[in-house]
Amino acid sequence: MQKITLESLVEKAVSLLENGTVTSVLGWKKGEFDYDITPAVFESADELKKDFVWNDFCGANFSKYLVSKTCKSEGKILVFLKPCDTYSFNQLLTEHRFDREKVYAVGIPCEGMADINKVKEVVGDGISKIESNGDDLVVTTIYEDAPVKVTCKDVLAERCVNCKSKRHVAYDELLGEEGEVIASERFDEVERLEKMTPEERFAFWQNELSKCIRCNACRDVCPACTCEKCVFDNPNSGVENKAASNSFEEKMFHIIRAFHVAGRCTDCGECSRVCPQNIPLHLLNRKFIKDINEFYGEYQAGAEVGLRAPLVDYTLEDLEPGEVFDRRDNNA
Amino acid sequence: MQIKEYKPLIVAFCCNWCSYAGADLAGNNRLNYPAEVKIIRVPCSCRVNPMFILRAFQRGADGVIICGCHPGDCHYTSGNYYTRRRMALLFSMLDFLGIERERTRVEWVSAAEGAKFATTMNDFVEKVASLGENKRLEDLRCKR
Ligand code: SF4
Ligand code: SF4
Ligand code: FES
Repeated sequence: MQKITLESLVEKAVSLLENGTVTSVLGWKKGEFDYDITPAVFESADELKKDFVWNDFCGANFSKYLVSKTCKSEGKILVFLKPCDTYSFNQLLTEHRFDREKVYAVGIPCEGMADINKVKEVVGDGISKIESNGDDLVVTTIYEDAPVKVTCKDVLAERCVNCKSKRHVAYDELLGEEGEVIASERFDEVERLEKMTPEERFAFWQNELSKCIRCNACRDVCPACTCEKCVFDNPNSGVENKAASNSFEEKMFHIIRAFHVAGRCTDCGECSRVCPQNIPLHLLNRKFIKDINEFYGEYQAGAEVGLRAPLVDYTLEDLEPGEVFDRRDNNA
Repeated sequence: MQIKEYKPLIVAFCCNWCSYAGADLAGNNRLNYPAEVKIIRVPCSCRVNPMFILRAFQRGADGVIICGCHPGDCHYTSGNYYTRRRMALLFSMLDFLGIERERTRVEWVSAAEGAKFATTMNDFVEKVASLGENKRLEDLRCKR
């Protein structure tokens, strides 16, 4: 259940369009189903009133879209940002990936997004309609006569259960109430894995990573992955876009993907959200975030514009690679 | 059928300005280190992209070691400081994925430390040999 209403978002967008502040609006629109909400650009009040959507499935982080949208357009674009999206927004600004002048950012509060897979675990397949009703989702399926009620809290996406911040770190204007940075338990699962034996960890990852079909959705959605020429698109790189032919290639892809965003990943959770195979990619990213926090001091990518990423920085007293393990063994 | 004695294959990335010369010195002084260590000369330890390490494992390495100038002595002033962070994170990630942590190492060896080079290599080869073949990060297509 979102506290801010669809009407107030549309009203804001229409007024900014009409007074000429912006020429287009980046927002959400219904896809094939009620739960596959997709990003869309709106250019008129009529379009907004007809198609704009705001509900518990509007998880898409728009920051990355600004890279392509601002390099072509002349006028300003309005973008709605949830708290976690604003971190990616700042990180992209830090990397000079889009023109701040061409963006009008409206921060909106977020109560957490629903994970359709968790909804399906409760109601089964064949969902034909989902409506929000107070704290519940009312789900109609083609197999059941009566709609089923699901409590939003029970089907929150993993990243929202472990939300790190409800405070916006960037905006031009804020709608609704500002939240706080949260002491989340997002590293618990990483710790659980760290405590396993190497054999167990290997088996865990072998099982997860072998599901990967190399659709590259995780890369495509990632606001930290904005290179125009990606290694994975280069047929000579040896890791080009194709299904992994063996377990080595599976691991190679995932190590490279995670390493490329190490120190820049804001932990927005988009990669895990879009993965059609439900691979817990956030665990790889969080492992790097956790290590960086432990070895080089607390660091939250995107907390401010202009922060120096840990991998392009150093101190004379940094840990030696060998000491990493000694330290972990001593703590265990 | 004859069973071949197992000998680990070690890839050592050695910085041109220090460890590579250190290896040379070890040779000049007739200090022994195993012939299974294959040295790849790099202009600075910082030249080693994490991808090189993965590639080495893919092509059949059982262990990968990176040798560079001591912190503070890098020919390019700060290259090895970056190496240090990068490799700490990469090795920790490999360990997280369940790959034996003894298969990777970073060691600072200067041009004057021929003896250190030899002992480091002897020690590393011994450790890797005790682990056996690299199974967890191997690519069967590249097997010799
Ligand atoms: S790696 Fe995943 S969690 Fe990190 S910024 Fe990219 S999409 Fe978001
Ligand atoms: S989104 Fe999932 S299946 Fe697709 S490439 Fe990424 S990890 Fe693999
Ligand atoms: S020149 Fe030797 S590590 Fe940089």
